[in-house]
Amino acid sequence: MSILVIAEHDNNQLKSATANTVAAAQKLSALMGSSVDLAVLGQDCQSVVTQASSVEGIDNVLVADSAAVAHQLPENLAPFLADLVQQKAITHVLFCSTAQGKNVAPRVAALLDVAQISEVTDIIDEATFIRPTYAGNALAKVKTSDPIKVLTIRSTAFDGVDMTSGAASVVALSDVKDQELSRFITESVVESDRPELTSARVVISGGRGMQNGENFSLLESVADKIGAAVGASRAAVDAGYVSNDMQVGQTGKIVAPDLYIAVGISGAIQHLAGMKESKVIVAINNDEEAPIFNVADLSLHADLFEALPELEKTL
Amino acid sequence: MKVLVAVKRVVDASVQVRVKADKTAVDLANVKMSMNPFCEIAVEEAIRLKESGIAEEVIVVSAGEDACQEQLRAGLALGADRAIHIQSDAELQPLAVAKLLHKVVDQENIGLVILGKQSIDGDNNQTGQMLAALAGMPQGTFASNVVIENGEAVVTREVDGGLQQIGLKLPAVVTTDLRLNEPRYASLPNIMKAKRKPVAQITAEELGVDVAPRLSTLEVNDPPARASGKRVGSVVELIDALKVEGVL
Amino acid sequence: MQREQMEFDVVIVGAGPAGLSTACRLMQQANEAGKELSICVVEKGAEVGAHILSGAIIEPRALNELFPNWEELGAPLSVPVTEDQIYFLRDSEKSIKVSNIMTPKSMHNHGNYIASVGNLCRWLAEQAENLGVEIFPGFAADRIVYGEDGRVAGISTGDMGLDSEGKPKANYMAGMDLLAKYTIFSEGCRGHLGKELIAKFDLDDGVDPQHYGLGIKELWEIPNELHQPGLVLHGTGWPLSDSASTGGFFLYHTDNNQIVVGLITDLNYSNPHVSPYDEFQRMKHHPLISKYLSGGKRISYGARAIAKGGLNSLPKMTMPGALLLGCDAGTLNFSKIKGTHTAMKSGILAADVLFPELISQGNGGLDLVQYKEVFKQSWLHDELFKSRNFGAALHKYGTLVGGALNVIEQNIVSFPFTLHDTAPDYACLKPADECKSINYPKPDGLLSFDKPSSVFLSNTYHEEDQPCHLKLKDGDVPLSNNLPVFNEPAQRYCPAGVYEVLDDGNGAKRFQINSQNCVHCKTCDIKDPAQNITWTVPEGAGGPSYPNM
Repeated sequence: MSILVIAEHDNNQLKSATANTVAAAQKLSALMGSSVDLAVLGQDCQSVVTQASSVEGIDNVLVADSAAVAHQLPENLAPFLADLVQQKAITHVLFCSTAQGKNVAPRVAALLDVAQISEVTDIIDEATFIRPTYAGNALAKVKTSDPIKVLTIRSTAFDGVDMTSGAASVVALSDVKDQELSRFITESVVESDRPELTSARVVISGGRGMQNGENFSLLESVADKIGAAVGASRAAVDAGYVSNDMQVGQTGKIVAPDLYIAVGISGAIQHLAGMKESKVIVAINNDEEAPIFNVADLSLHADLFEALPELEKTL
Repeated sequence: MKVLVAVKRVVDASVQVRVKADKTAVDLANVKMSMNPFCEIAVEEAIRLKESGIAEEVIVVSAGEDACQEQLRAGLALGADRAIHIQSDAELQPLAVAKLLHKVVDQENIGLVILGKQSIDGDNNQTGQMLAALAGMPQGTFASNVVIENGEAVVTREVDGGLQQIGLKLPAVVTTDLRLNEPRYASLPNIMKAKRKPVAQITAEELGVDVAPRLSTLEVNDPPARASGKRVGSVVELIDALKVEGVL
Repeated sequence: MQREQMEFDVVIVGAGPAGLSTACRLMQQANEAGKELSICVVEKGAEVGAHILSGAIIEPRALNELFPNWEELGAPLSVPVTEDQIYFLRDSEKSIKVSNIMTPKSMHNHGNYIASVGNLCRWLAEQAENLGVEIFPGFAADRIVYGEDGRVAGISTGDMGLDSEGKPKANYMAGMDLLAKYTIFSEGCRGHLGKELIAKFDLDDGVDPQHYGLGIKELWEIPNELHQPGLVLHGTGWPLSDSASTGGFFLYHTDNNQIVVGLITDLNYSNPHVSPYDEFQRMKHHPLISKYLSGGKRISYGARAIAKGGLNSLPKMTMPGALLLGCDAGTLNFSKIKGTHTAMKSGILAADVLFPELISQGNGGLDLVQYKEVFKQSWLHDELFKSRNFGAALHKYGTLVGGALNVIEQNIVSFPFTLHDTAPDYACLKPADECKSINYPKPDGLLSFDKPSSVFLSNTYHEEDQPCHLKLKDGDVPLSNNLPVFNEPAQRYCPAGVYEVLDDGNGAKRFQINSQNCVHCKTCDIKDPAQNITWTVPEGAGGPSYPNM
């Protein structure tokens, strides 16, 4: 029995989501008493390998440095990983629940003829997991009957392990064969002054308390300082302060950033439905009884027109 | 080229689902069911390929109980040419669905399969990738643009923080993201015509696929309610607390 | 612009009990006679039943006539009423149980069923489709199409894919004209096309103004040990009595450990501070009600106006090329608080009158005045006649005296006279400063809730970027007249938080319409004191999505 975590990286940098996935692997490892290896598949990814070997609690870093996986093409990755899993008698394969992990994990699972379990938020035992369904409105406890478990791990559900204190051995793997089914053309980071609402790590949203559209510039100034996306409640959109595409909520965008700052938002349930999965929620509101304070991790009862400029200055 | 579109019957996106008191499942009694929104986008993309002369035929397929014929008819009303219903009363999990679709892909000699990236009930995001693996096809998941040229599908994918463009040899599997297109409405005459179009039916057994579930659901729970946290007295205190949380 | 057209024998607007009964009965007769009929039902809800909200206790009389084998066909009437209790709530704590002999016969429910009318309609739609009726949910009848001779020639479905300015979006789809020999309007209470027809053809000439109530209903899942399937509670008094308003509550134990609880507020209330929503929320704290709800979980919420004027307010139901049926006309029997069996019966009778016309090779378009006679000969008329004084007695003499008159009239002796109530509901409001203001308690989040959380449970959804479907004849009236005189009552009578008066931050006020919240109850169209709000249909499929309501 052994556990394999697939590292998320861009050939230069190991992504922090990997640390969260390793944390999930360690929870499993504690239950099963098995080792945890970390696979780095890429091209010219030596710096990633170095970082990976420093991740806490990893026994071996398995490295495949091949042109065929330079861009993480799943057609090439999946057969290679499926072979690796069988060769090494791996019982648990863990991916990050990222676009990359979700792209590859099911392909690996299908080649192994096993189910894949998505967006795991908790581990009960080696075959039983918790995962959200219905956009997080129900948590299912599922048990798999398959011998090999292929999981994607929701990073916000596990606190990442230390990425500097480990000392893993590096093991080189064979070359990855190009299946010649697909080719990489280009990749572009979306050029935007601000990150997109649904993918931003920090979101700052304004509600009816902003009083008009011009006042949203107060939010934008804070957002620019911390690289946050700017959102709005439906009340603010309905009142015509900002456009529809900024709406966070049941009928707008569903966001789950690490930090969500709700400013002048009362916290109607429609809004909560769109942001309640956020890791840390901050509420700034001058209404002591605003329902948003019931769900906020940090509540500041203050006049937003004073708090926002101060926030911008202090950050 | 024949295009196959898989569609799934799911609870309507407007319905607030509720976990049953006995914690076995969510309560779907008499709630509105619809075509999964990502599948609607898949149907629309296929219809557009047909309208631009690239696809000769668009086939919609769904697997499940008889009620899912309603969603097949919705696909026909939007412009699909014919429909296949894979009848099964079993709980169909992504691997089983992928195996069923694989059989249809082989039988129908499909050039392009378009699926939604995930369904809004199970939120699995697996079926397209699994089908691609089983059929030995390349996959373009989370597509926001699809162009067919020179025997290749050039797919723009929505990846974390940006867009990726890849080229896929045909036949291929594409799964749709929200921004791929804006689905049209079905017109009343087309809905009427769709009611009269035949829906081919085949069972999972006839396709020779073992659809037994691999996962059993032991329990379903409401997500834990968020508790109210700490009050902070000032902006400075707030920033300090955020630093402690490690989110600033 | 010439719109696309389709022609049918009959077009039916609204897949409720009246419209679906008409459709089923027509097809039954056609199939029996070996004739072909084309019947099209359009329904603005995303599916049949999505917009249906009713108590409901159903009297199966009309269903027995339409489908004598309904049990075999699986009609969802599974919980017979086993016990009837009636209460008078004296205040927030005390209640008096009223003995059966003291209540009018119409309030007795033996032989009736607790059911979801939404689910009944889903079932009726299945029967109709099996019989050959075409049903199109998600298509809203937006306008009436008139023939050159002025007759009703059909309806036009609304355009889809218009933005908030009314300009076509990329997915724009023009509406269609659905033309018919006869068009059935069965939109439910205060249908926006029905309202137009009543005015255009003077259908309400010589009858009392229609009267309305606003029914607000919740579905709860309660602990098994508190659940008594078949138990039915009705009552009146507090909390509406505090503001001298009238109405009544209901609480029915249905199946699956579920109960429905609701309050109907008569919309002729005079105190503009009244909020029917908050009246209902505080009512749930009364020990008589809370003893069932405590420990339970609210699972659904909705609201709908009901037409309760009865026979005295019933307009003429026919006009050239069309019939107005069910609650769209006002066939509800308020003394029974039941409208399903009467709506169904009005549809069955319509089918009986229509069928010979349809197979007579004529072009349709006639005013089928013979409906009136058929109606008069039916038990529907008989039933409405017997209870014609019920509502007016309560309006005129209050719950106690009016109620006593109803007991005497229905259980003992029929009065030879008719009571009339001629003040329309919208005209009953008194200026705010002449009325006692009401301090509603804050919701506790266990038994009582705020409006947004409630609307959330109605699964209400409207495409965001579309023209506002709540039209003001004069955009200034809310702030120039309604606000100073009545403290703009729309803020309170709307049970979905659609209307708000906001400060714009510079000391000025703004009238905000959150049309996306609208649960299609029609109260604004009824109660606005200036009759300045016109409810129109939003883009098809918008609105609540009620399961089991």
